Formats: sequence, C-alpha cells, structure tokens
Amino acid sequence: MAQRANPWLLSTPAILVYATFLVVPLALVFLISFFNFEFYGGIQQAFTWENYVDILTDGYYYEIYARTFGVAAGVTLACLVLGTAEAYVLSRMANPWKGLFLMVVLGPLLISVVVRTLGWALLFGSTGLISQALLALGLVSSPVSLMYSNLGVGIALTHVLVPFMVIAVWASLQRINPSTEAAALSLGASQFTVIRRVIVPQVMPGILSGSIMVFAMAASAFATPAIVGGRRLKTVATAAYDEFLNTLNWPLGAALAVLLLLATVVVLLAANRMVERRYGAVFN
Amino acid sequence: MTFRNGPIGLIFHTLFIAFILAPIVMVCAVAFTSQGFISLPSGGLSLRWFRAILDNPRFIEAFWFSLGLGALSATIAIVLAVPAALAVARNRFPGREALLAFFMSPLMIPHVVLGLAFLKFFTSVALVGTYFGLMVAHVIIIMPYALRLVLASATGIDPSLERAALSLGASNWTAFRRIVLPLVLPGVISGWVIAFITSFDELTMSIFIASPSTTTLPVRIFLHIEDTIDPLVTAVSAVLIYATAIAIFILDRAIGLEKLFVGKGR
Repeated sequence: MAQRANPWLLSTPAILVYATFLVVPLALVFLISFFNFEFYGGIQQAFTWENYVDILTDGYYYEIYARTFGVAAGVTLACLVLGTAEAYVLSRMANPWKGLFLMVVLGPLLISVVVRTLGWALLFGSTGLISQALLALGLVSSPVSLMYSNLGVGIALTHVLVPFMVIAVWASLQRINPSTEAAALSLGASQFTVIRRVIVPQVMPGILSGSIMVFAMAASAFATPAIVGGRRLKTVATAAYDEFLNTLNWPLGAALAVLLLLATVVVLLAANRMVERRYGAVFN
Repeated sequence: MTFRNGPIGLIFHTLFIAFILAPIVMVCAVAFTSQGFISLPSGGLSLRWFRAILDNPRFIEAFWFSLGLGALSATIAIVLAVPAALAVARNRFPGREALLAFFMSPLMIPHVVLGLAFLKFFTSVALVGTYFGLMVAHVIIIMPYALRLVLASATGIDPSLERAALSLGASNWTAFRRIVLPLVLPGVISGWVIAFITSFDELTMSIFIASPSTTTLPVRIFLHIEDTIDPLVTAVSAVLIYATAIAIFILDRAIGLEKLFVGKGR
C-alpha cells in the first residue's frame, strides 16, 4: 500500500518561497536599519544605533508615533462600538434582509481602499457635501474641511476597517444559543440588560479578536492617511514611505518600519495572550 | 423563538448603512458631472468623464496589468497552498503549529514593512522594477488568504476516503487527482478568488516596487490622486466600483461572501 507523502515534503515549495522572498527581505530591512546614512555618501555599511536613537529622542518622530497609535486607538474604539452593534442588529434580521445587508456591509472590502478613500476625500473637502450640510444646518458659519485632519483620517479609516469588526462579532454571534437570550427575557430582564449581561459576555472573544485586527491594520494603514492626511499629517507608514522614496534615507525609513513592526507585534501578542488567558475556556 | 429589532436598532442600522454607502455613492455620483472640476452633477448627467478614460490609456493599461498580475499570482499561490494545506490539515507532526504560523505570518506584517523589505531585497538582487519581483511579492502577501480557505475545506475531508483508494491499489498521484482534489476544489476556487481580489486591490506594498512599466491600477489611481483629485480619476474609480459590485453579486450567489471572509458559513 502506498504511503502518504511526508508533510514536510509537501510544504517544501512554499517554505522555500517564503524563506527566499520573505525571511531574507525582512532580515535585510532589519540589517540596514543599523546602517548609517550620509547625505552625500549614501548608505554606509557600519553598525550604528544612530537611527533608533534619532527616532526615540526626536520630538518630530515622537509626534508621528503618537499620532499613528492615537488615531489607531480611536478607530478601534469606533469600530468596536459601531461594528458590534451592527453585527447584533444584522443577526436579528430575517432573510432576505439579513443576506442583503450583510452583502452591503462586507462588499466594500472587495473595493480598493484607494477608491473608498477617494469617496471620503470628495465628501470632506471645503466644498464637499459634509461642509455644505453643516452650513445649511447652521452648525458652522464658514466652510469646514475635514481633509488633512486627524478626525478626517479617523472617520475614513473607521469606514475602511469596520467590516472586519462586523465579521469577527458576527462569527461569535452565530455560536450563541438563542435560548439564553429568550430565557433572560422570559425571566423579566430588559432588552438593555440582556445585551449587557447575556449577549456581550458571550461575544467578547469576537469583539476582542476583531479589535486586535482593526488596531493592527489601523496602525499600519497607508493609503487613507496618505490621501486624507496629506503630506503634513504624517503617520509612521507614510513617513517610512517618504524616507524610502523621497529622502532616500533607507536606514532611517527601515528603523521607522522596524519599530512599527515591533510595536504592532507586541500589542498583538499581548492582546492575544490576554484574550486566551481570560477566554480560553470559551474557545475550547 | 425569533427576535426582531426595535426602533433604536433599525435607526442605528439605517445610519450605519448610510455611512457605509456614502463615500461609494459619492464617487459614483461625481463621476457623472459635466463640469471640469469636482462637483455633483447638476442639470443632467454627463458621460464626458467616462469617455475621457478612453483617451487615457494609462488607466486602461494598468487595469489589464493588474488583472493579469492578480490571475497569475493567485494561481501560483494556490499551487503552493494546496500541498501545504494538505500537509497541515491531515497530519499531526512536531512543528505543525509553528509551520502554520509561519505560513500565516505575512498577515501580521504591515504592508509598508513588506514594501520596503522587497524594495531593498530586489535592489540587492537586481530584480527591482521587474514583473517577476512584483509577482513574487504578491504571491507572498496573498498566500495566507489562499491557504486559509484551502485549509478549511481540506480539514473536513474524511481520511478513510483516501485510505480506501490507496488500499484498492491507486497510486498516491491517482488518489490525489481523483479523490482529494475534487474534495478540496471548493476551497481551491474560493481561495483563488480571494487571493486574486487581494492582489488586484493591493496598494501599499506595490507602490514601493512598481516601476513605470509595472504599474498596477491601485498604484496608478493613488499616484493620480496624490497629484490631483479630478473627475477623471473619479470616473475610473466609479467604473471599478461598478465592476466590483457585479463581482460581489456573483460571488455572493456562487460562493457566499460570508464563506469567503469568515472561512465558513452557508
């Protein structure tokens, strides 16, 4: 009887591609982040901590990191509230509405982020619909623009990322036994109490894993901060892009990216560990 | 017992859907303007800017380029993902968890980091600006998506089916071709689709390594927007939205969006 193929043998092609085209490039970025950059001489291959010291002591970079993680935290909070509520409302709908609106909410994930952000840029401009609506309502006295503002970047990023939150919570909601909700209601709990005491605790793993995902993607987003935030309102991703393609200071750009990667991975692993410690029993 | 949404839930839902659709509808509406600047169409719709796309071959070339790149890199990713998924799904061996985490790792790495990593690497090995370089980079970022869906369908296969074929004298290759492959086919198809879409929409990593001769459509649109936001780029985006809407409808019917994103469902 023929033997099944060895799992390592089956994985070899993929491992080789990953080793050559993922591990080596990442190692190179790590390496050049310790190189020196001379304005006239280019990249000097000598080991130095200078780039990291520059980033960690210069208020300019501190501001960029603070903005990046601040916006990411705000976006995560907005997605958490909006996405969880929408997933709950969707789960209580009857077909065909459920299917239709799930398509409307998830569909935009298939449209390029550039296109979705362009839509917000059109809405945000000082002649855009949002400004005109606020003027018409008398809430502002002169045209306002959300372009090149943290709020604008936050709103557009929330729009880009909230479907991921809906998916995560939706997946959790599917696993709830509906009779727990019915039992609470029949015992006299109000709808609000049911949501707070019965639903939310049960979908907490979904909410947390969705939040982790949204935070990581918001912190490393590029297209939306680049278009809505513009040249002046830099985030780590757009700053690294500028160092690489405009200033050509690759070592500094690499150091910015390495710190972003480290910060993201640390946040992800810490959050993951917390979720597993607290809710491991729910998963298994 | 079935539940219904109260008025608060429905009001929230209406506002949420409006929020989701607002920028998309906005792009589609502005594309029909007759003016030479960004404005909502007033006094009739105009196809002027859609016609203008035809005079700008750069967008059309970038569209075909992205289509070909997506199809090729999704195919390569699937060819790599199927054996890897079978290895992980049907065996328990030391290092299995680590191998799976390794295969899924591109999901955890910000695309900016991957973009400058590829730029540095390709510059060192003289692949910068080449089609091959861009394609390999796309294969790396779409592999986890392809792998996840192939894995989902490979996990559900009853191992006795393949064992039966082998014990009846089928060769490994015949058992794979006649038994295993048809069973994982749904995962292969949905994995290819999500890999293709991810490649087609990718901007952040591609912008680092795209050259004038290897410019994808999102990169072309982004560079145009960075320069100026005009009705032309809005019309291009609108066409992309219409095409995606048709694709979303077909995919929802054929595969189910839930399955595509959640990995299970229906």
